[in-house]
Amino acid sequence: MATVLTPPTPTIPAGANGSGRNGSGFGGGDFGGRGGQEPRGRAVPAQTYRTGMWMGLVAIVMLFAAFTSAMVVRKGAAPDWGSMALPRILYLNTGILLASSLAFEFSRRSLAAGWADRFKAWLYVTTFLGVAFIGGQLVAWRELAARGVYLATNHSSSFFYLLTAAHGVHLLGGIIALFYIVARAPQLADRIKRRVVVDVTALYWHFMDGLWIYLLILLTVRL
Amino acid sequence: MAESQAHTEAVHHHTAPTGFIRKYIFSLDHKVIGKQYYFLALASVVVGIVLSVLMRLHMVWPNAHILWLDKLSPVGAPGGLMTPEYYLSLMTLHGTLMVFFVLTTAPQSGFGNYVLPIQIGAEDMAFPTLNMLSFWTTFVGFVVLLATFFITDGPPLSGWTSYAPLSAVGSVAGPGEGLGQTLWIVSIAIFCAGSLLGALNFIATTLDLRAKGMTLTRLPLTVWAWFITAVLALLSFAVLFAAGVLLFLDRVGGTSFFIPGGLIISDKIISNHNGGSPLLWQHLFWFFGHPEVYIAILPGMGMTSHILSTFSRKPIFGYKAMIYAMMAIGFLGFMVWGHHMFLSGMSPYSGFAFSVMTMAIGVPSAIKTFNWLGTLWGGRLRLTTAMLFAIGFVSLFVSGGLSGLFLAQPPVDTPIHATYFVVGHFHLVMGVAAIFGMFAGTFFWFPKMFGRMMNETLGKIHFWLTFVGVYCIFMPMHFLGVEGNVRRYSQFTEVNFLNTPHIINLHTFMSIAAFVTAGAQLIFLANLFYSLFWGPKAAENPWEATSLEWTIPSPPPFDNFGGKHPVVHHGAYEFGVPGAAQDYIMQDSTETIVAGGH
Repeated sequence: MATVLTPPTPTIPAGANGSGRNGSGFGGGDFGGRGGQEPRGRAVPAQTYRTGMWMGLVAIVMLFAAFTSAMVVRKGAAPDWGSMALPRILYLNTGILLASSLAFEFSRRSLAAGWADRFKAWLYVTTFLGVAFIGGQLVAWRELAARGVYLATNHSSSFFYLLTAAHGVHLLGGIIALFYIVARAPQLADRIKRRVVVDVTALYWHFMDGLWIYLLILLTVRL
Repeated sequence: MAESQAHTEAVHHHTAPTGFIRKYIFSLDHKVIGKQYYFLALASVVVGIVLSVLMRLHMVWPNAHILWLDKLSPVGAPGGLMTPEYYLSLMTLHGTLMVFFVLTTAPQSGFGNYVLPIQIGAEDMAFPTLNMLSFWTTFVGFVVLLATFFITDGPPLSGWTSYAPLSAVGSVAGPGEGLGQTLWIVSIAIFCAGSLLGALNFIATTLDLRAKGMTLTRLPLTVWAWFITAVLALLSFAVLFAAGVLLFLDRVGGTSFFIPGGLIISDKIISNHNGGSPLLWQHLFWFFGHPEVYIAILPGMGMTSHILSTFSRKPIFGYKAMIYAMMAIGFLGFMVWGHHMFLSGMSPYSGFAFSVMTMAIGVPSAIKTFNWLGTLWGGRLRLTTAMLFAIGFVSLFVSGGLSGLFLAQPPVDTPIHATYFVVGHFHLVMGVAAIFGMFAGTFFWFPKMFGRMMNETLGKIHFWLTFVGVYCIFMPMHFLGVEGNVRRYSQFTEVNFLNTPHIINLHTFMSIAAFVTAGAQLIFLANLFYSLFWGPKAAENPWEATSLEWTIPSPPPFDNFGGKHPVVHHGAYEFGVPGAAQDYIMQDSTETIVAGGH
């Protein structure tokens, strides 16, 4: 009945994955402690920032899903909707935003390829176009105000202002990030390790672009 | 692609912080932030309990003069005599503080922040700066909420659920519904932001920062619970934020998302709003509100699993089932929000659908309950205070959960909706079971967090007084509810069908039990604060537990593992493994087991 016990002997790590991967996520990163146990600076893999950004985008999706749901329910519930025509400048703004996403992609890929000058140049273009988009949105708002259509005029105008403002606020956050990258562009160009900052900002920016397309379609169809 | 990714790590040089502000105020250290959240929740629960004591006092002795209340709010309690409106204000703040700043803060942000990185073998959370911002954002939300006590109009009174149109029409609705309600929305919106940032931190950390060998199926159930809770928070708080924005716009922007036409409030016709839907608020709120209660309970479930296993000296019964059950609870939790709205006039078919989904949640909950019992069965129980609270959690979760099955059925819910039956139900699961999870976590991790042991004798006295006390307070509520005792009434002597000796006597009994139980919490507070400074020093692993936090000193160094990176070889619940040297195997142990043992 008694079990014979041998003293524990050190063995090679018996983990199912011997390579340091943790089952999911990015596997190429060295967390700085494979085997050897010397103290090192803390290494957070690039994948972590991407995960974080994706999770942030999930939250933003839920926010706009709630707004969409509110709008669909409201429109279906009562006859006093009061449709409004969209200002035409919105389509120009859409083009500007799409162009800015394209510019950001050029910038990002230039950085990956090591072309520092092109990286910076396309970055400036992106930032300029982003600011132009916000300006265009404000022009749209002023056009509506000139028509006498304000936030509380009717239900459709409430949702129009709500959705465009919510998107605009989030895009402003992206623009602030762009300003940060522009300010730090020289350091970013030098250190390939910092590319992840540009990558996650680009992810956010493209998402905002896609979100705007979705909102435009929603407003066109349901407003 | 993999090669270039390998070069794009961001390397942070992690050095110990210096200076008081960096070490204790704006710390980036998840351990400090976890403690900050914990003490924020503690402050919040003290305020919340004081409010509940005031409420129970007024319910039974409505003509009592509480003199200092007059100083706090001359309008709400002139001469210390609480007005019905002020009662509702206290009730609103009680609910809001408890649900948001206690039940969402301590189990997830408090213990989760402190323990999760260590349990997965990481040095810190994925985004320490964001973590620090999350805490201080939450703190600002807390301050904004407390500020409503001190404004002229007083705190809002539309309940923690803040139903429209009362919460949407503004100061025309009376006391508390002016600036107080607006500040409530601002506070909750700020809280949402802090929670969302925290949630994404938890998810990124759990997915990407696990130590070598720490596969998903070796994670302690606490980590799984915090991870699933973070997913729920990420998906639900954004919806509450959206609802809050719409409500705010109704109040200050003149919109009518939630305000219907034809309202007459305080003898005034509300003519500048029409066409909104109060039901829309309910849908949006409860779409958040139901996952919220699972956010409140899941960390407690994880902690209970962990603690029961540790102190039974047995592996958790059905580890994978426990994970799937938590996932199922989280997933189903998003499909049941309509059970808060059975009496809102919804189609009976919708009611049927929500009812079936709600009862379905009973299945994974039951799986977890039986697994806890299976863990205890045949174990060599060590009845420490943490263990007692964990067992208490199981008891209270069953008691509170069973009444949920009644409420889940529309025909049964029809007479007991908005009665004390519901109040008893949610207090047992949230107000007690979840709190017991926090107590269990406190006694369990206090040695690690503060390097000292809490007093076990005081702990056990506190446990028994609280355990008996809460049953005395909340069980009678089920009878009262079935008898028709409506909730959210400030007192009952002026209501014909409630002014009976039976009902009043039960309420008196509950109030006295509440005062005694609230008093018993002073024992906990005394134990906590005394032990902080003068408790006996704690060893590295006083409980002989297996997870990684017990491999490092108590309290841990700033970077947790002293610059080393742990390598994990074992699952989290290897207790009583035949052939092992001791009755537990640490997760990072390199011990190999001899075959042939029993």
